[in-house]
Amino acid sequence: MDNVSIVALASIFAAGLTMAIGSIGPALGMGRAIQQALSAIAQQPDERNSLTRTLFVGLAMIESIAIYCFVISMIVIFANPFWGHFTKTGG
Amino acid sequence: MEIVALNQISPDQVIVFQWGFITINVTILYTWLVMAILVFVSWLATRRLSSEMNVSRWQHFLEVVVSVVRGEISEMTKKGADSYIPLIGTLFLFICTSNVLAVVPGFVAPTSSITTTASLAVCVFVAVPYYGISRNGLFHYLKEYFQPNFIFFPFHVMGELARTLALTVRLFGNIMSHEKVIGILLSVTPLLFPVIMQALGLLIGVIQAYIFAILSMVYIASAVTAEEEHHVHVEAKQESVAVA
Repeated sequence: MDNVSIVALASIFAAGLTMAIGSIGPALGMGRAIQQALSAIAQQPDERNSLTRTLFVGLAMIESIAIYCFVISMIVIFANPFWGHFTKTGG
Repeated sequence: MEIVALNQISPDQVIVFQWGFITINVTILYTWLVMAILVFVSWLATRRLSSEMNVSRWQHFLEVVVSVVRGEISEMTKKGADSYIPLIGTLFLFICTSNVLAVVPGFVAPTSSITTTASLAVCVFVAVPYYGISRNGLFHYLKEYFQPNFIFFPFHVMGELARTLALTVRLFGNIMSHEKVIGILLSVTPLLFPVIMQALGLLIGVIQAYIFAILSMVYIASAVTAEEEHHVHVEAKQESVAVA
């Protein structure tokens, strides 16, 4: 197997693994945050506005971890810096 | 019509016009378009402002937008909400317009390019010390970096840089990923399902604009109000001393 094939194999495999493993933690965290926020709103409906705002900000913070994983996997697939190196040197 | 190919993760690579060293790519073109739309609508709405009983529909619309932004800001900062409206409102309106217009065929959202989101985040990165210094003075602003003691200085600096990076990548990743998902869906199930995803994209775009504005406001408020509490504390102490 030449170098380009190895890079392609590793890139696709790494991208899949990045998304699969990287979305476990944020999914659990977001589920837990929403659960807590819903029970808090159910207990204190008057505080709904500030609770919702804090929930959104927190969700954005948690979600950005999953977004990092996604961006990394997109870079690995579409803008891989090692592609250019190996195609330039002829594999 | 596909402007940005599926294997390009940034619309910066698509060049519309090139003359000498001046290069106009899709991002710049659509940023200008969004700016023109915003300026034109604002001019149209504020052309005949009135404080009478019958105001025009556009004025109603703009008043609702401005009062909502002001309400959100004033819930976070105790006073002086009006000085933040130009920055936060502009960020929100620009991001919201470009995200919502992404459902128009042929329009590429400027926020799906990392250069646009990075420049917006740099604006926030500069605005935080600007508001912090103009409210509290240079000394009190810099003192916040050495709280609780001087060991924490590098962590504060790292935090500032990391949250700027987080602002950049969050907006870029959300909008770009949504375009890619729609592109992949178009090649798999082209009939009805991409329409539903586009409708979801409207929601995601507005929420992301809201989050960007709220997070910038949170960062600015953290630079401003931490010092205000300190002022109140000192004044209270001086008063108690004076009473004693």
